[in-house]
Amino acid sequence: MRAPATLSFTGKNLTCTRGDTTVFTDLDFDVDPGEALIVRGVNGSGKSSLLRMAAGFLAPTEGELRREGDLIAKDPENHFTRLHYLGHLNALKPAFTVLENLEFWRRLFSGSTRSTGIKTDARALDRLGLSAIADMPTHYLSAGQRRRLALARLLAVARPLWLLDEPTSSLDDAGSETLVQLISEHLSTGGMVIAAVHGELAVPDCKTIVLGSEPPVS
Amino acid sequence: MLVVVFFVLTVTLFPLGVGPEASVLRRIAPGVIWVSALLAAMLSLDRLFQVDFEDGSLDQLALAPLPLELVAAAKCLAHWLSTGLPLLVISPLLGILLNLSGEAYGTLLLAMAIGTPSLSLVGAIGAALTVGIRRGGVLLSLLVLPLYIPVLIFGVGAIDAALVGLGGNAHLLVLAAILLIALPLAPWAVAGALRLNLE
Repeated sequence: MRAPATLSFTGKNLTCTRGDTTVFTDLDFDVDPGEALIVRGVNGSGKSSLLRMAAGFLAPTEGELRREGDLIAKDPENHFTRLHYLGHLNALKPAFTVLENLEFWRRLFSGSTRSTGIKTDARALDRLGLSAIADMPTHYLSAGQRRRLALARLLAVARPLWLLDEPTSSLDDAGSETLVQLISEHLSTGGMVIAAVHGELAVPDCKTIVLGSEPPVS
Repeated sequence: MLVVVFFVLTVTLFPLGVGPEASVLRRIAPGVIWVSALLAAMLSLDRLFQVDFEDGSLDQLALAPLPLELVAAAKCLAHWLSTGLPLLVISPLLGILLNLSGEAYGTLLLAMAIGTPSLSLVGAIGAALTVGIRRGGVLLSLLVLPLYIPVLIFGVGAIDAALVGLGGNAHLLVLAAILLIALPLAPWAVAGALRLNLE
């Protein structure tokens, strides 16, 4: 038995059961600061379940998740406030503008006031190429633009762990490239990334786990 | 606004249904106003958390440093401000429509002011429990309506007591007690139900 690494995020013997279906069993992973973990697998192999589990939304049927050696199940709030989860849904309110959506989440996540964070918002939007449409209601945005706005949240509030569920969906090539850059920068500052992807995501030296090499047992 | 229109329409249906006899209407006025208020408050409940669930905001809310209990309390407050408060404001007008006696209006307003926040708080528990269920509206009514009965009984009781000259204080105090129990417990229950639905 090795001592748990101090800053890593680990999962051990994870089993996920949804209803009567066993999605995956005995899954281990560990991510250290500055590392990315790419999760691959066919549709229905449990990539999203694994990410929701890693976020602490879904309790593992068996096994345990540890953050810096501490069980996540014991203090989920401490885990929640140190991660970004980006699922299939972008969590945007259609009636509000691009900037208002970002500002709302930034303020809620960081508890900071309007005046101190406004530059952060502008920088994040600029980075994702959304500055020109900052005042447009998100209702009018294309799917790709909404995705970019959801990604802007990762920049507006700094959190060490990013959980990305198919982050490139609806992004164009330039958008995917920006995402890879963002991930690289995040890793270079000691961040951690777990991403479920289908296509290529050219993140330099990352670990990969493949789910569902055998068909799920039902 | 739709909720208020629904409230007014439901109440105005009663004179059409039971006949325009003033003494009958005066007798049933407190009950009609309260029952319509319950239904109107329930009408908007199913969207309370559903939208956030469907667009992924609920996941993000769980990740915010703000405790989910406070989010739940804020949601209840928003529901009351957009539902309970307008109902409260319009209810004297409906009292006039139903020929409610003059001495009951003060009690009507007080009872609505103390009773409708409980409707939002208790209703939010049902809304949070059914958030993951598609078309959970009917199930929500089945869950929530029985829990509204105490508010209905003491809300109507307060007005009836004021009408016969007993004063509605005892009933109002029970309504206040219900609110004081719901106020700390409901946000906690709502947050628990929402966490279950994060799966």
